Amino acid sequence: MSLGLSMEEWQAVRLSLEVASRSVLISLLPAIGIAWLLVRGRFPGRMLLDALVHLPLVVPPVVVGWGLLMLFGVRGPIGGPLHDWFGIRLVFTTDGAALATAVMSFPLIVRSVRLGLEQVDPGLEAAARTLGAGPLDRFLTVTLPLMSPGILAGAVTAFAAGLGEFGAVITFVSNVPGETQTLPLAIYSATQTPGGEAVAARLAGISFLLAICGLLLAEVIARRMHRLLGRG
Amino acid sequence: MPGIALRHAFGRHGFVLDAAFDVPQRGVTALFGPSGCGKSTILAAVAGLLRPQQGRVEVGGAVLLDTARGVCVAPERRRCGVVFQDARLFPHLSVETNLRYGERRAPRDTAGPGFDEVVALLGIGHLLARRPAGLSGGERQRVALGRALVARPRILLMDEPLAALDAPRRAEVLPFLARLRDVAGLPILYVTHALEEVDALADHLVLLDAGHVVAEGPVATLAARTDLSLAARRDAGVLLDCTVADVATDGLTRLDFPGGVLVTTMSPGASGTRLRLRIRARDVAVATAEPHGISTHNVLRGTLAEVTPVSGTPEVFLRVAIGPSDILARVTRDSVARLGLVPGMAVWALVKAVTFDHRLASSPPAAAQA
Repeated sequence: MSLGLSMEEWQAVRLSLEVASRSVLISLLPAIGIAWLLVRGRFPGRMLLDALVHLPLVVPPVVVGWGLLMLFGVRGPIGGPLHDWFGIRLVFTTDGAALATAVMSFPLIVRSVRLGLEQVDPGLEAAARTLGAGPLDRFLTVTLPLMSPGILAGAVTAFAAGLGEFGAVITFVSNVPGETQTLPLAIYSATQTPGGEAVAARLAGISFLLAICGLLLAEVIARRMHRLLGRG
Repeated sequence: MPGIALRHAFGRHGFVLDAAFDVPQRGVTALFGPSGCGKSTILAAVAGLLRPQQGRVEVGGAVLLDTARGVCVAPERRRCGVVFQDARLFPHLSVETNLRYGERRAPRDTAGPGFDEVVALLGIGHLLARRPAGLSGGERQRVALGRALVARPRILLMDEPLAALDAPRRAEVLPFLARLRDVAGLPILYVTHALEEVDALADHLVLLDAGHVVAEGPVATLAARTDLSLAARRDAGVLLDCTVADVATDGLTRLDFPGGVLVTTMSPGASGTRLRLRIRARDVAVATAEPHGISTHNVLRGTLAEVTPVSGTPEVFLRVAIGPSDILARVTRDSVARLGLVPGMAVWALVKAVTFDHRLASSPPAAAQA
């Protein structure tokens, strides 16, 4: 089924899905760690960390993209060594698009994971402790399963949001068809092209469909999880 | 040196816990006192979930905490089985996986009751495949008991395990607790503010008030003392350990106790059943001559041992020795004067057969256990 889409348009859809899923994979573990620190941590600077995590939500996406360009550009303090020592280049690549998307959706995942963790009764962890479970053991067998609804909800939300990331991506990795041109970037290009209205409308429709599917999936997962965890 | 000694101050001018007591290696030691007296704090400190500023905890020869020597064993290595008021079963695991949680983590070289044994003891075999969310409060608490026991702990710590249950559920779980006490063979530290649970389960009592130990000793000994706060309660009175002698066809049960026989209308079980009876002091009358033409079934001959005025009231406690057992009676000062009651006199203690409304501490004879 081509749905009347050209190869290039399909590529944009495929690329969007790839970038969004990779961004979730990148940010999930750090998000769990940060959420843990924010909920359970008792250290000076916790408020600062909280503010820092939420920065991408309030700073213009273009500024985030610019910041990434400064840090991860081929001559940047992180991008330079990455390029010189490991031959990894982020600018103009799908990897870079995934990173930019991950940074933008990071606060969403952290918020959701954090809510999930706050739902976990510390009394259950204390009970596990008296039954002989050490720190990692308790986390893996009690805390993690009980906070998994928050983790999954965060992952799905970040994925859905990641499909539509525009400003940070176009600033950091530009608009390269087949490499960094995700759905929103393709739509933008189409609107800038004379006679591209039909393409833009089709791609916009697909964006809409994907978003709806994401929300439905999140709902189904949430229900199943709650039943599994005996909260239903 | 007592097994448990703790000192902990909350805040600069806040509550101060300063308690030391012993936990005998066998039987149930009840920590009893009003809400906020520090009993749950003590339990948390023994389990290691709270670290007291100063203290020493020794259980069965193992030192779990000694702040003077910098010893503080982590809770996960203390092997203290805790039964919480709210059960705290893992909601994402089945009953069986909950039970196995501690068993899997118990050191291999430790002895204790096996999984099947515990499941049978608590009657939870039919629940194994279920989730905690689908259990009743009583069932949850039985599973929590099992989970703590299967982990082969060196001591069981129970933090008001019946307090969150309504009366029928309490009555459902209590016999299992009594059974566990008789079978488990390990020390149990039991926190409660319900005297009926103390009567039903405890062997040893630690009376707490405002973070301090007021008295400790065998339950029956403390119940018979008139100088403790226990004596000010409406249900103050002695505890008698009885055995069902026989159940007559007229529905009356005869109970043997050291020094005599009591007749009661309640039906505690088959002959041979052991139980503990609380004889409330206000239910006992005293006569200086053997009464005749009286409906009261229990007329017990004894010797008046002690007369203790209750300060601030026109009442006194009479201690009547019946063989090796003591019974307390609460009567008016006027009666003492009228009858000329003095220690050493022969008296008859009268207890109506219908007054034993709370039956306690029953443990069925071995053969009848099912």
